[in-house]
Amino acid sequence: MIELNDVSYSYGGGELLSGIDLTLAPGSFHFLTGPSGAGKTTFLKLCYADLLATAGRVSAFGQDARAMGRDDIARLRRRIGVVHQDCQFLDHLSVTENVALPLTVSGRDVVAEAENLTSLLSWVGLGDQGDSLPPQLSGGERQRAALARAVIMAPEIVIADEPTGNIDWEMSLRLLTLLVELNKMGKTILIATHDLNLIRTAKQQVSARVLRIHNRGIQLAGADL
Amino acid sequence: MSLSADLAAALRGDAQADRVVPPTGFTVSLTVFTAGAMAFLAVFAMALSLATGRLADRWGSELARSATVRISAPAGQTEAQVQAAVRVLQTTPGVASVRVLDEAEQRALLEPWFGPDLPIEALPVPRMIDVVEEGRGYDAEGLRLRLAAEAPGAVLDDHTRWRRPLIQAAGRLRALGVVSAVLIACATAAMITLAANAALAANAQVIGVLRLVGARDNYIARAFVRRFTLRALTGAAAGTVLGMAAVALLPRASAEGGFLTGLGFQGWHWLWPLIIPPIAAVVAFWATRIAAFRSLRELM
Repeated sequence: MIELNDVSYSYGGGELLSGIDLTLAPGSFHFLTGPSGAGKTTFLKLCYADLLATAGRVSAFGQDARAMGRDDIARLRRRIGVVHQDCQFLDHLSVTENVALPLTVSGRDVVAEAENLTSLLSWVGLGDQGDSLPPQLSGGERQRAALARAVIMAPEIVIADEPTGNIDWEMSLRLLTLLVELNKMGKTILIATHDLNLIRTAKQQVSARVLRIHNRGIQLAGADL
Repeated sequence: MSLSADLAAALRGDAQADRVVPPTGFTVSLTVFTAGAMAFLAVFAMALSLATGRLADRWGSELARSATVRISAPAGQTEAQVQAAVRVLQTTPGVASVRVLDEAEQRALLEPWFGPDLPIEALPVPRMIDVVEEGRGYDAEGLRLRLAAEAPGAVLDDHTRWRRPLIQAAGRLRALGVVSAVLIACATAAMITLAANAALAANAQVIGVLRLVGARDNYIARAFVRRFTLRALTGAAAGTVLGMAAVALLPRASAEGGFLTGLGFQGWHWLWPLIIPPIAAVVAFWATRIAAFRSLRELM
Protein backbone atom coordinates (compact mmCIF):
# COMPACT_ATOMS: atom_id res chain seq x y z
CA MET A 1 0.00 0.00 0.00
CA ILE A 2 2.71 2.44 1.08
CA GLU A 3 6.27 1.29 0.68
CA LEU A 4 9.49 3.08 1.62
CA ASN A 5 12.76 1.72 0.27
CA ASP A 6 16.04 3.10 1.63
CA VAL A 7 14.41 6.48 2.07
CA SER A 8 16.35 9.50 3.33
CA TYR A 9 15.26 13.06 3.82
CA SER A 10 17.62 15.98 4.27
CA TYR A 11 16.72 19.52 5.13
CA GLY A 12 18.93 22.59 5.48
CA GLY A 13 22.12 20.59 5.03
CA GLY A 14 21.30 18.06 7.75
CA GLU A 15 19.90 14.55 7.31
CA LEU A 16 16.65 14.12 9.27
CA LEU A 17 15.75 10.60 8.17
CA SER A 18 18.11 8.02 6.71
CA GLY A 19 17.89 4.56 5.13
CA ILE A 20 14.27 3.87 6.05
CA ASP A 21 12.63 0.68 4.79
CA LEU A 22 9.00 0.10 5.71
CA THR A 23 5.84 -1.35 4.26
CA LEU A 24 2.37 -0.38 5.46
CA ALA A 25 0.24 -3.40 4.61
CA PRO A 26 -3.53 -3.12 4.05
CA GLY A 27 -5.50 -3.28 7.30
CA SER A 28 -2.44 -2.83 9.53
CA PHE A 29 -2.28 -0.55 12.56
CA HIS A 30 0.98 1.30 13.21
CA PHE A 31 2.12 3.72 15.84
CA LEU A 32 5.11 5.92 15.13
CA THR A 33 6.83 7.29 18.18
CA GLY A 34 9.98 9.14 19.03
CA PRO A 35 11.11 12.34 20.74
CA SER A 36 10.00 15.77 19.50
CA GLY A 37 11.98 16.81 16.45
CA ALA A 38 12.92 13.23 15.61
CA GLY A 39 11.15 13.46 12.25
CA LYS A 40 7.73 11.87 12.89
CA THR A 41 5.82 14.57 10.99
CA THR A 42 8.39 14.49 8.18
CA PHE A 43 7.95 10.73 7.90
CA LEU A 44 4.16 11.13 7.66
CA LYS A 45 4.50 13.87 5.06
CA LEU A 46 6.66 11.57 2.94
CA CYS A 47 3.82 9.01 3.07
CA TYR A 48 1.19 11.37 1.64
CA ALA A 49 3.61 13.15 -0.73
CA ASP A 50 3.61 16.47 1.05
CA LEU A 51 7.40 16.09 0.97
CA LEU A 52 9.56 14.17 -1.48
CA ALA A 53 12.38 11.93 -0.27
CA THR A 54 15.84 13.27 -1.06
CA ALA A 55 17.03 9.68 -1.60
CA GLY A 56 15.35 6.30 -1.91
CA ARG A 57 11.86 5.52 -3.16
CA VAL A 58 8.43 6.10 -1.64
CA SER A 59 5.58 4.44 -3.45
CA ALA A 60 1.91 4.70 -2.66
CA PHE A 61 -0.59 2.28 -4.20
CA GLY A 62 2.17 1.12 -6.54
CA GLN A 63 3.04 4.58 -7.82
CA ASP A 64 6.42 6.21 -7.24
CA ALA A 65 5.85 9.53 -5.43
CA ARG A 66 8.67 11.16 -7.36
CA ALA A 67 7.01 10.30 -10.68
CA MET A 68 3.63 11.68 -9.64
CA GLY A 69 2.28 14.82 -11.27
CA ARG A 70 0.43 17.42 -9.22
CA ASP A 71 -2.95 15.94 -10.18
CA ASP A 72 -1.70 12.46 -9.21
CA ILE A 73 -0.74 13.81 -5.78
CA ALA A 74 -4.21 15.34 -5.42
CA ARG A 75 -5.77 11.97 -6.29
CA LEU A 76 -3.44 10.22 -3.80
CA ARG A 77 -4.59 12.53 -1.02
CA ARG A 78 -8.18 11.51 -1.67
CA ARG A 79 -7.13 7.94 -0.89
CA ILE A 80 -5.23 8.88 2.28
CA GLY A 81 -7.12 10.63 5.08
CA VAL A 82 -4.89 12.85 7.20
CA VAL A 83 -5.61 14.19 10.70
CA HIS A 84 -3.23 17.01 11.58
CA GLN A 85 -2.30 18.01 15.09
CA ASP A 86 -3.59 21.55 14.42
CA CYS A 87 -6.55 20.16 12.43
CA GLN A 88 -6.18 22.74 9.62
CA PHE A 89 -9.76 23.88 9.21
CA LEU A 90 -11.11 26.72 7.14
CA ASP A 91 -12.48 28.91 9.91
CA HIS A 92 -15.04 30.71 7.72
CA LEU A 93 -16.79 27.40 6.90
CA SER A 94 -19.08 25.47 9.23
CA VAL A 95 -17.99 22.14 10.71
CA THR A 96 -20.21 20.32 8.19
CA GLU A 97 -18.68 22.25 5.28
CA ASN A 98 -15.18 21.55 6.58
CA VAL A 99 -15.91 17.84 6.93
CA ALA A 100 -17.40 17.85 3.42
CA LEU A 101 -14.41 19.70 1.95
CA PRO A 102 -12.81 16.60 0.35
CA LEU A 103 -16.15 15.89 -1.37
CA THR A 104 -16.45 19.50 -2.52
CA VAL A 105 -12.95 19.67 -4.01
CA SER A 106 -13.37 16.34 -5.77
CA GLY A 107 -16.50 17.67 -7.48
CA ARG A 108 -18.98 15.39 -5.72
CA ASP A 109 -22.45 16.64 -4.90
CA VAL A 110 -22.39 17.44 -1.20
CA VAL A 111 -26.18 17.73 -1.06
CA ALA A 112 -26.51 14.15 -2.29
CA GLU A 113 -24.09 13.06 0.44
CA ALA A 114 -26.01 14.86 3.21
CA GLU A 115 -27.16 11.64 4.84
CA ASN A 116 -23.62 10.23 4.95
CA LEU A 117 -22.37 13.52 6.37
CA THR A 118 -24.97 13.50 9.14
CA SER A 119 -24.23 9.93 10.14
CA LEU A 120 -20.47 10.61 10.01
CA LEU A 121 -20.84 13.63 12.29
CA SER A 122 -22.98 11.52 14.67
CA TRP A 123 -20.34 8.77 14.58
CA VAL A 124 -17.67 11.23 15.82
CA GLY A 125 -20.14 12.70 18.34
CA LEU A 126 -20.64 16.02 16.60
CA GLY A 127 -24.21 15.52 15.41
CA ASP A 128 -25.33 18.78 17.02
CA GLN A 129 -22.27 20.82 16.10
CA GLY A 130 -22.55 20.72 12.31
CA ASP A 131 -23.47 24.38 11.97
CA SER A 132 -20.81 25.63 14.38
CA LEU A 133 -17.65 27.28 13.17
CA PRO A 134 -14.35 25.49 13.97
CA PRO A 135 -13.16 28.12 16.47
CA GLN A 136 -16.30 27.38 18.52
CA LEU A 137 -15.26 23.74 19.06
CA SER A 138 -13.14 22.39 21.89
CA GLY A 139 -9.79 20.72 21.17
CA GLY A 140 -11.25 17.23 21.29
CA GLU A 141 -14.20 18.18 19.12
CA ARG A 142 -11.83 19.70 16.56
CA GLN A 143 -9.78 16.48 16.45
CA ARG A 144 -12.92 14.39 15.96
CA ALA A 145 -14.12 16.75 13.22
CA ALA A 146 -10.69 16.42 11.58
CA LEU A 147 -11.05 12.63 11.76
CA ALA A 148 -14.49 12.86 10.15
CA ARG A 149 -12.99 14.95 7.33
CA ALA A 150 -10.15 12.45 6.95
CA VAL A 151 -12.54 9.53 6.40
CA ILE A 152 -15.34 11.20 4.41
CA MET A 153 -13.85 9.95 1.13
CA ALA A 154 -13.62 6.39 2.52
CA PRO A 155 -9.80 6.35 2.20
CA GLU A 156 -7.82 3.15 2.42
CA ILE A 157 -5.29 4.69 4.81
CA VAL A 158 -5.78 7.10 7.71
CA ILE A 159 -2.73 8.99 8.96
CA ALA A 160 -2.91 10.97 12.19
CA ASP A 161 -0.17 13.33 13.38
CA GLU A 162 -0.24 13.70 17.19
CA PRO A 163 -4.05 13.56 17.20
CA THR A 164 -4.22 13.59 21.00
CA GLY A 165 -1.52 16.21 21.51
CA ASN A 166 -3.84 18.98 22.65
CA ILE A 167 -6.70 17.09 24.26
CA ASP A 168 -7.43 15.50 27.62
CA TRP A 169 -7.18 11.76 28.32
CA GLU A 170 -10.91 11.11 28.08
CA MET A 171 -11.07 12.77 24.65
CA SER A 172 -7.93 10.88 23.60
CA LEU A 173 -9.65 7.58 24.42
CA ARG A 174 -12.75 8.56 22.43
CA LEU A 175 -10.58 9.41 19.44
CA LEU A 176 -8.60 6.18 19.81
CA THR A 177 -11.84 4.19 19.89
CA LEU A 178 -12.85 5.74 16.56
CA LEU A 179 -9.48 4.94 14.99
CA VAL A 180 -9.67 1.33 16.24
CA GLU A 181 -13.18 1.06 14.77
CA LEU A 182 -11.83 2.30 11.42
CA ASN A 183 -9.07 -0.32 11.55
CA LYS A 184 -11.66 -3.02 12.22
CA MET A 185 -13.44 -1.81 9.06
CA GLY A 186 -10.23 -2.66 7.17
CA LYS A 187 -8.54 0.72 7.05
CA THR A 188 -4.79 1.00 7.44
CA ILE A 189 -3.95 3.29 10.36
CA LEU A 190 -0.69 5.14 11.00
CA ILE A 191 -0.55 7.35 14.10
CA ALA A 192 2.41 9.50 15.12
CA THR A 193 2.37 10.09 18.86
CA HIS A 194 4.66 10.40 21.83
CA ASP A 195 1.80 9.42 24.18
CA LEU A 196 2.94 5.98 25.43
CA ASN A 197 -0.23 5.51 27.51
CA LEU A 198 -2.31 5.84 24.37
CA ILE A 199 -0.16 3.21 22.64
CA ARG A 200 -0.46 0.79 25.60
CA THR A 201 -4.24 1.28 25.68
CA ALA A 202 -4.53 0.73 21.95
CA LYS A 203 -2.50 -2.47 22.08
CA GLN A 204 -5.11 -3.90 24.41
CA GLN A 205 -7.76 -3.38 21.72
CA VAL A 206 -5.96 -3.99 18.46
CA SER A 207 -2.88 -5.68 17.09
CA ALA A 208 -0.61 -2.71 16.52
CA ARG A 209 3.03 -2.42 15.49
CA VAL A 210 4.95 0.29 17.25
CA LEU A 211 7.75 1.95 15.30
CA ARG A 212 10.29 4.25 16.85
CA ILE A 213 12.44 6.85 15.11
CA HIS A 214 15.92 6.51 16.51
CA ASN A 215 19.16 7.91 15.11
CA ARG A 216 17.36 9.02 11.91
CA GLY A 217 16.24 5.46 11.24
CA ILE A 218 13.11 3.46 12.10
CA GLN A 219 13.14 0.47 14.39
CA LEU A 220 10.44 -1.77 15.83
CA ALA A 221 9.81 -0.82 19.45
CA GLY A 222 10.38 -3.56 22.00
CA ALA A 223 8.37 -5.07 24.81
CA ASP A 224 8.85 -1.93 26.92
CA LEU A 225 5.70 -0.72 25.22
CA MET B 1 -11.07 20.69 -19.11
CA SER B 2 -10.46 23.01 -22.08
CA LEU B 3 -9.76 26.71 -21.61
CA SER B 4 -13.05 27.76 -23.16
CA ALA B 5 -14.85 25.40 -20.78
CA ASP B 6 -12.78 26.88 -17.95
CA LEU B 7 -13.83 30.40 -18.96
CA ALA B 8 -17.46 29.29 -19.16
CA ALA B 9 -17.15 27.61 -15.75
CA ALA B 10 -15.53 30.77 -14.38
CA LEU B 11 -18.57 32.78 -15.40
CA ARG B 12 -21.15 30.13 -14.52
CA GLY B 13 -19.83 29.57 -11.02
CA ASP B 14 -20.08 26.86 -8.42
CA ALA B 15 -21.78 27.86 -5.17
CA GLN B 16 -19.91 25.24 -3.12
CA ALA B 17 -16.53 26.13 -4.57
CA ASP B 18 -17.19 29.84 -4.16
CA ARG B 19 -17.66 29.39 -0.42
CA VAL B 20 -14.30 27.67 -0.04
CA VAL B 21 -12.11 30.73 -0.65
CA PRO B 22 -13.03 33.62 1.65
CA PRO B 23 -13.39 37.02 -0.01
CA THR B 24 -10.47 39.40 0.54
CA GLY B 25 -11.87 42.92 0.82
CA PHE B 26 -9.23 45.24 -0.61
CA THR B 27 -8.51 43.13 -3.69
CA VAL B 28 -12.21 43.32 -4.60
CA SER B 29 -12.19 47.11 -4.58
CA LEU B 30 -8.79 47.28 -6.28
CA THR B 31 -9.81 45.01 -9.14
CA VAL B 32 -13.20 46.62 -9.71
CA PHE B 33 -11.71 50.13 -9.59
CA THR B 34 -8.78 49.27 -11.87
CA ALA B 35 -10.99 47.55 -14.42
CA GLY B 36 -13.46 50.46 -14.32
CA ALA B 37 -10.79 53.16 -14.71
CA MET B 38 -9.03 51.28 -17.50
CA ALA B 39 -12.29 50.66 -19.35
CA PHE B 40 -13.10 54.39 -19.05
CA LEU B 41 -9.72 55.26 -20.60
CA ALA B 42 -10.14 52.54 -23.23
CA VAL B 43 -13.41 54.13 -24.38
CA PHE B 44 -11.57 57.41 -24.97
CA ALA B 45 -8.65 55.69 -26.71
CA MET B 46 -11.18 53.94 -28.94
CA ALA B 47 -13.05 57.19 -29.64
CA LEU B 48 -9.76 58.92 -30.53
CA SER B 49 -8.70 56.07 -32.77
CA LEU B 50 -12.02 55.90 -34.61
CA ALA B 51 -12.24 59.70 -34.96
CA THR B 52 -8.73 59.96 -36.42
CA GLY B 53 -9.57 57.08 -38.73
CA ARG B 54 -12.61 58.97 -39.97
CA LEU B 55 -10.55 62.12 -40.31
CA ALA B 56 -7.85 60.36 -42.33
CA ASP B 57 -10.47 58.87 -44.62
CA ARG B 58 -12.22 62.21 -45.07
CA TRP B 59 -9.05 64.18 -45.72
CA GLY B 60 -7.83 61.48 -48.01
CA SER B 61 -10.99 61.18 -50.07
CA GLU B 62 -11.91 64.88 -50.17
CA LEU B 63 -8.47 66.07 -51.13
CA ALA B 64 -7.85 63.19 -53.45
CA ARG B 65 -10.96 63.97 -55.51
CA SER B 66 -10.11 67.63 -56.11
CA ALA B 67 -7.28 69.68 -57.56
CA THR B 68 -6.54 73.33 -58.22
CA VAL B 69 -5.06 74.99 -61.29
CA ARG B 70 -3.39 78.29 -60.49
CA ILE B 71 -2.73 80.74 -63.31
CA SER B 72 -0.13 83.45 -62.90
CA ALA B 73 0.28 85.30 -66.18
CA PRO B 74 1.35 88.82 -67.19
CA ALA B 75 -1.48 91.38 -67.16
CA GLY B 76 -3.54 91.08 -70.34
CA GLN B 77 -2.78 87.39 -70.85
CA THR B 78 -4.47 86.08 -67.74
CA GLU B 79 -7.99 85.73 -69.10
CA ALA B 80 -6.77 84.04 -72.31
CA GLN B 81 -4.72 81.56 -70.34
CA VAL B 82 -7.66 80.87 -68.03
CA GLN B 83 -9.86 80.06 -71.02
CA ALA B 84 -7.13 77.92 -72.58
CA ALA B 85 -6.67 76.01 -69.31
CA VAL B 86 -10.43 75.48 -68.97
CA ARG B 87 -10.57 74.05 -72.49
CA VAL B 88 -7.69 71.70 -71.73
CA LEU B 89 -9.32 70.58 -68.51
CA GLN B 90 -12.75 70.06 -70.06
CA THR B 91 -11.25 67.74 -72.64
CA THR B 92 -9.18 65.76 -70.14
CA PRO B 93 -10.50 62.27 -69.36
CA GLY B 94 -11.14 61.79 -65.64
CA VAL B 95 -12.10 65.42 -64.98
CA ALA B 96 -15.72 65.67 -63.82
CA SER B 97 -16.10 69.42 -63.55
CA VAL B 98 -14.12 72.61 -63.92
CA ARG B 99 -15.03 75.88 -62.26
CA VAL B 100 -13.19 79.20 -62.34
CA LEU B 101 -13.32 80.93 -58.98
CA ASP B 102 -14.79 84.44 -59.27
CA GLU B 103 -13.44 87.55 -57.60
CA ALA B 104 -15.76 87.27 -54.59
CA GLU B 105 -14.69 83.68 -53.89
CA GLN B 106 -11.00 84.61 -54.14
CA ARG B 107 -11.58 87.57 -51.81
CA ALA B 108 -13.28 85.23 -49.33
CA LEU B 109 -10.27 82.92 -49.44
CA LEU B 110 -7.87 85.76 -48.69
CA GLU B 111 -10.09 87.52 -46.15
CA PRO B 112 -8.84 85.62 -43.08
CA TRP B 113 -5.31 86.91 -43.76
CA PHE B 114 -5.79 90.36 -45.31
CA GLY B 115 -9.20 91.50 -44.04
CA PRO B 116 -12.44 92.27 -45.92
CA ASP B 117 -11.25 95.49 -47.60
CA LEU B 118 -8.55 93.97 -49.75
CA PRO B 119 -8.55 95.63 -53.24
CA ILE B 120 -8.11 92.31 -54.99
CA GLU B 121 -8.64 93.80 -58.47
CA ALA B 122 -5.59 96.01 -57.97
CA LEU B 123 -3.30 93.16 -56.97
CA PRO B 124 -1.56 90.58 -59.19
CA VAL B 125 -3.47 87.72 -57.56
CA PRO B 126 -3.36 84.49 -59.59
CA ARG B 127 -6.67 83.10 -60.89
CA MET B 128 -7.81 79.78 -59.51
CA ILE B 129 -9.65 76.94 -61.24
CA ASP B 130 -11.30 74.27 -59.11
CA VAL B 131 -11.10 70.80 -60.65
CA VAL B 132 -13.13 67.79 -59.49
CA GLU B 133 -12.14 64.27 -60.57
CA GLU B 134 -14.35 61.40 -61.62
CA GLY B 135 -13.86 57.68 -61.97
CA ARG B 136 -10.23 56.67 -61.71
CA GLY B 137 -9.06 60.28 -62.01
CA TYR B 138 -6.82 61.92 -64.60
CA ASP B 139 -3.23 61.49 -65.64
CA ALA B 140 -1.60 64.33 -63.67
CA GLU B 141 1.70 64.27 -65.61
CA GLY B 142 -0.07 64.30 -68.97
CA LEU B 143 -2.30 67.17 -67.84
CA ARG B 144 0.72 69.19 -66.66
CA LEU B 145 2.37 68.81 -70.06
CA ARG B 146 -0.78 69.87 -71.91
CA LEU B 147 -1.30 72.86 -69.61
CA ALA B 148 2.32 73.91 -70.09
CA ALA B 149 1.77 73.88 -73.84
CA GLU B 150 -1.60 75.71 -73.88
CA ALA B 151 -1.37 77.95 -70.81
CA PRO B 152 2.26 78.44 -69.72
CA GLY B 153 1.23 80.29 -66.55
CA ALA B 154 -0.91 77.39 -65.29
CA VAL B 155 0.29 75.28 -62.38
CA LEU B 156 -1.61 72.11 -61.43
CA ASP B 157 -1.76 71.42 -57.71
CA ASP B 158 -3.26 67.97 -57.07
CA HIS B 159 -2.93 68.42 -53.26
CA THR B 160 -0.51 65.52 -52.92
CA ARG B 161 1.99 67.50 -50.88
CA TRP B 162 -0.81 68.67 -48.51
CA ARG B 163 -2.60 65.39 -48.34
CA ARG B 164 0.34 63.11 -47.51
CA PRO B 165 1.40 64.68 -44.15
CA LEU B 166 -2.24 65.08 -43.08
CA ILE B 167 -3.01 61.42 -43.76
CA GLN B 168 0.27 60.43 -42.11
CA ALA B 169 -0.60 62.46 -39.01
CA ALA B 170 -4.09 60.98 -38.82
CA GLY B 171 -2.69 57.49 -39.33
CA ARG B 172 -0.19 58.01 -36.52
CA LEU B 173 -2.92 59.29 -34.21
CA ARG B 174 -4.93 56.19 -35.01
CA ALA B 175 -1.89 53.98 -34.29
CA LEU B 176 -1.42 55.90 -31.03
CA GLY B 177 -5.01 55.03 -30.11
CA VAL B 178 -4.34 51.34 -30.78
CA VAL B 179 -1.08 51.46 -28.79
CA SER B 180 -2.98 53.15 -25.93
CA ALA B 181 -5.59 50.37 -25.98
CA VAL B 182 -2.84 47.71 -25.84
CA LEU B 183 -1.09 49.56 -22.98
CA ILE B 184 -4.40 49.82 -21.12
CA ALA B 185 -4.93 46.06 -21.52
CA CYS B 186 -1.37 45.37 -20.29
CA ALA B 187 -1.76 47.73 -17.32
CA THR B 188 -5.07 46.05 -16.46
CA ALA B 189 -3.40 42.63 -16.61
CA ALA B 190 -0.54 43.87 -14.40
CA MET B 191 -2.87 45.36 -11.78
CA ILE B 192 -5.08 42.28 -11.73
CA THR B 193 -2.00 40.05 -11.43
CA LEU B 194 -0.88 42.10 -8.41
CA ALA B 195 -4.33 41.89 -6.84
CA ALA B 196 -4.56 38.16 -7.56
CA ASN B 197 -1.11 37.57 -6.05
CA ALA B 198 -2.17 39.51 -2.95
CA ALA B 199 -5.35 37.42 -2.69
CA LEU B 200 -3.39 34.19 -3.19
CA ALA B 201 -0.85 35.21 -0.53
CA ALA B 202 -3.64 36.16 1.89
CA ASN B 203 -5.21 32.75 1.32
CA ALA B 204 -2.03 30.67 1.53
CA GLN B 205 -3.39 28.70 4.48
CA VAL B 206 -6.67 28.01 2.67
CA ILE B 207 -4.77 26.83 -0.40
CA GLY B 208 -2.59 24.58 1.76
CA VAL B 209 -5.66 22.96 3.34
CA LEU B 210 -7.32 22.49 -0.06
CA ARG B 211 -4.22 20.77 -1.44
CA LEU B 212 -4.07 18.51 1.60
CA VAL B 213 -7.66 17.35 1.18
CA GLY B 214 -7.06 16.48 -2.46
CA ALA B 215 -7.94 19.62 -4.43
CA ARG B 216 -6.39 19.79 -7.88
CA ASP B 217 -4.59 22.99 -8.92
CA ASN B 218 -7.28 23.62 -11.52
CA TYR B 219 -9.99 23.60 -8.84
CA ILE B 220 -8.12 26.04 -6.59
CA ALA B 221 -7.14 28.32 -9.47
CA ARG B 222 -10.72 28.37 -10.76
CA ALA B 223 -12.01 29.71 -7.43
CA PHE B 224 -9.71 32.74 -7.79
CA VAL B 225 -10.03 33.06 -11.56
CA ARG B 226 -13.83 33.17 -11.40
CA ARG B 227 -13.77 35.83 -8.72
CA PHE B 228 -11.32 38.11 -10.52
CA THR B 229 -12.93 37.58 -13.93
CA LEU B 230 -16.33 38.63 -12.62
CA ARG B 231 -14.86 41.62 -10.76
CA ALA B 232 -13.04 42.78 -13.90
CA LEU B 233 -16.20 42.28 -15.97
CA THR B 234 -18.29 44.28 -13.50
CA GLY B 235 -15.73 47.08 -13.17
CA ALA B 236 -15.14 47.28 -16.91
CA ALA B 237 -18.88 47.36 -17.63
CA ALA B 238 -19.31 50.29 -15.23
CA GLY B 239 -16.23 52.07 -16.65
CA THR B 240 -17.45 51.53 -20.21
CA VAL B 241 -20.91 52.94 -19.46
CA LEU B 242 -19.36 55.99 -17.78
CA GLY B 243 -16.87 56.42 -20.63
CA MET B 244 -19.64 56.22 -23.25
CA ALA B 245 -21.69 58.74 -21.30
CA ALA B 246 -18.70 61.09 -21.13
CA VAL B 247 -18.09 60.73 -24.88
CA ALA B 248 -21.79 61.37 -25.53
CA LEU B 249 -21.50 64.63 -23.59
CA LEU B 250 -18.66 65.90 -25.83
CA PRO B 251 -19.65 68.73 -28.22
CA ARG B 252 -21.15 67.51 -31.48
CA ALA B 253 -19.00 67.55 -34.61
CA SER B 254 -19.11 70.93 -36.34
CA ALA B 255 -17.17 72.65 -39.11
CA GLU B 256 -16.28 75.51 -36.76
CA GLY B 257 -14.97 73.21 -34.05
CA GLY B 258 -12.86 71.22 -36.49
CA PHE B 259 -11.16 68.06 -35.29
CA LEU B 260 -11.79 68.52 -31.54
CA THR B 261 -15.58 68.42 -31.87
CA GLY B 262 -15.52 65.29 -33.96
CA LEU B 263 -14.04 63.01 -31.26
CA GLY B 264 -17.21 61.13 -30.39
CA PHE B 265 -18.56 57.89 -31.83
CA GLN B 266 -20.77 58.03 -34.88
CA GLY B 267 -23.48 55.61 -36.01
CA TRP B 268 -22.74 51.94 -35.43
CA HIS B 269 -19.33 52.85 -33.97
CA TRP B 270 -21.22 53.27 -30.67
CA LEU B 271 -21.24 49.45 -30.54
CA TRP B 272 -17.43 49.23 -30.45
CA PRO B 273 -17.02 50.07 -26.71
CA LEU B 274 -19.24 47.09 -25.88
CA ILE B 275 -16.30 44.79 -26.59
CA ILE B 276 -14.29 46.36 -23.75
CA PRO B 277 -15.93 44.48 -20.79
CA PRO B 278 -15.53 41.01 -22.41
CA ILE B 279 -11.92 41.84 -23.29
CA ALA B 280 -11.30 42.97 -19.69
CA ALA B 281 -12.82 39.69 -18.48
CA VAL B 282 -10.55 37.66 -20.79
CA VAL B 283 -7.49 39.68 -19.67
CA ALA B 284 -8.44 39.10 -16.01
CA PHE B 285 -9.07 35.40 -16.65
CA TRP B 286 -5.59 34.90 -18.09
CA ALA B 287 -3.78 37.19 -15.62
CA THR B 288 -5.34 35.43 -12.62
CA ARG B 289 -4.93 31.97 -14.10
CA ILE B 290 -1.21 32.49 -14.77
CA ALA B 291 -0.68 34.06 -11.30
CA ALA B 292 -2.61 31.27 -9.58
CA PHE B 293 -0.79 28.41 -11.28
CA ARG B 294 2.58 30.10 -10.65
CA SER B 295 1.75 30.38 -6.92
CA LEU B 296 0.39 26.84 -6.72
CA ARG B 297 3.51 25.36 -8.32
CA GLU B 298 5.46 26.61 -5.29
CA LEU B 299 3.35 24.34 -3.05
CA MET B 300 3.59 20.54 -2.95
